[in-house]
Amino acid sequence: MSLAESAREEQSAVRRFLLSRGNSAFADRTFHVLMVVCALSIFAIVGLIAWRLVVSSQITWSKFGFHFFYQTFTDSVTGQPMYWDPVNGLFSAVPFVYGTLVSSFLALLIAVPLAVGLAVFLTEMCPRSLRGPLAFLTELLAAIPSVIYGLWAVFVLVPLLREYVNPLLVKTLGWSGFFDDSMNPTGLGFLTGGVILAIMILPIISSLTREVMTAVPHSQREAVLALGATRWEMIRMGVLRNARIGIVGGIILGLGRALGETMAITMVIGNTPEIHKSLLANGGSMAAVIANEFTEAVSDMHRSALIEIGLALFIVTIIVNAFAQLLVWAVTRGAPSQVH
Amino acid sequence: MSADSYKLRSRLRGLTDSLVTVLAILATLVVVAPLAAIFGYLIYKGASSLNLAFFMQIPRPEGEVGGGMANAIVGSGVLLGLASLIGIPLGIGGGIFLAEFGRGTKLANAVRFTADVLNGVPSIVMGLAIYSLIVSVHSPLIPFSGHFSAFSGGVALGIMMIPTVCRTTEEMLLMVPKAVREAALGLGVPNWRSVVSITLKTASPGVITGCMLAFARVAGETAPLLFTALGNVYMSANLNDPIDALPLRIYVYAISPYDDQHRLAWGGALVLIALIVLAVSLVRYVTSRGVLKGAS
Repeated sequence: MSLAESAREEQSAVRRFLLSRGNSAFADRTFHVLMVVCALSIFAIVGLIAWRLVVSSQITWSKFGFHFFYQTFTDSVTGQPMYWDPVNGLFSAVPFVYGTLVSSFLALLIAVPLAVGLAVFLTEMCPRSLRGPLAFLTELLAAIPSVIYGLWAVFVLVPLLREYVNPLLVKTLGWSGFFDDSMNPTGLGFLTGGVILAIMILPIISSLTREVMTAVPHSQREAVLALGATRWEMIRMGVLRNARIGIVGGIILGLGRALGETMAITMVIGNTPEIHKSLLANGGSMAAVIANEFTEAVSDMHRSALIEIGLALFIVTIIVNAFAQLLVWAVTRGAPSQVH
Repeated sequence: MSADSYKLRSRLRGLTDSLVTVLAILATLVVVAPLAAIFGYLIYKGASSLNLAFFMQIPRPEGEVGGGMANAIVGSGVLLGLASLIGIPLGIGGGIFLAEFGRGTKLANAVRFTADVLNGVPSIVMGLAIYSLIVSVHSPLIPFSGHFSAFSGGVALGIMMIPTVCRTTEEMLLMVPKAVREAALGLGVPNWRSVVSITLKTASPGVITGCMLAFARVAGETAPLLFTALGNVYMSANLNDPIDALPLRIYVYAISPYDDQHRLAWGGALVLIALIVLAVSLVRYVTSRGVLKGAS
């Protein structure tokens, strides 16, 4: 066999291969369409969720309209205000909206200073060798399921608050009316819910704060230090001031999580449709009342009322999250985004 | 006089600085404390309640001592398997679209935003939506519809996996250098083949990381299962029947009045957290050592 012959043979092998492959334009187009369909399925899912929630809450919506979110009934026997009576078909979301707002606000009050402190320590003060493990630990805090927080809260946090913290609060701050456990000495209630929510939203706020603080250019820090600032002054003027919008975004994202948090809060808030000034009293929250009553709902009306609360929660969290994303995006623009 | 006030001020500034440092360290300790408390208590309570029966037996009737969570472990496996079947392909597909086909287009931005919205939907709302989409309708078009079923629970969890998988896949694909794609196309490889076996394969450690993160997240979800999978005290792996799941069983037992059910709840919590910590550490190991950093 001569050299030329073998070369021809080789060439024909390549040709054969190319011919046998066929036309890839069809496969390419199919693949493209398939990926677009996957992407569009996300729209479809969000649309389906919204549509089903709207359709399934029609009964209460057509009966109460917007009154659902602010109406109050009066108990015919005691004359006290009353909000939620599934047996008689009286539904008002007021106590649950109140409970969600109070517990989320408490959670932010506790979590924000701690989260910002942690972020400042991790980015500006911490020795390099400690940074990795500490960051990993706070990530773990985010990975613990809600139901395990609830379990821990029921058996550890609630007794702790009941035996030690609440009596102390009643004694020192009882005069303000916010701390009164005479009606409910169980240790459950708004405050317990707020504390467990705070622990749960801490990692979100601190990791986002860390992200935006790292995004502040080093030259800012160096400039402030060169003017003779102490480390705290450098952090305050060079870092926090530049990162403040992003930090607010992180806090709002934490708020979004706190508003929709279900299991842990269901287990500790007490689940009564009541409004109390005292933070140590039992209450309810929007997510908790759904989790607690939906499977035992006695009527279509009851189910519809719960779904309407869910729809309200859905809309509020979308607005809160979109706003937060916008703020975070404004600061970390340019840096690659992260999945949380 | 002015020298004195200067000295005073600089003393004050120094003091403030140390005070803030102390506060920051204190904040860190306060954050780490509940973590240590939760893990310590979980291991202490959980380890003492784990035994062979826990993994081999189904729950005893209320009030009786003993029994286990075998049905919940099997149920969680079935639900998570179904969820992965739904969530991972759709998520990866969406991620490929965002990174390879839709870069910079309006559609891609809209998809990205919707994925973030989906990520923020409270899990209880997801449960309600799937309830009214599958459980409460009697329609021949929707499989297993009309009653509580493992299928509906799996769908709820699967949907919750999509945004995480999608966004991590996108990020990981964007990190693959352009030259690699060009090399593949230059060899005459069709585009779909280049995406699947060159780009996606290069990014696979990161993509797997995203899938594990999503998996770890939904493994502990209780709220979407309350009105879909419902829970079941008997062993079942049938998609058409209500099914049990570890977080669901933990919830039911945690609020029950029986001591022995509390014991089982702690055992279940330990098993669940071990599963999740394993997944998260694996993710961390892969991302800190792999070629592609930046996940999670």
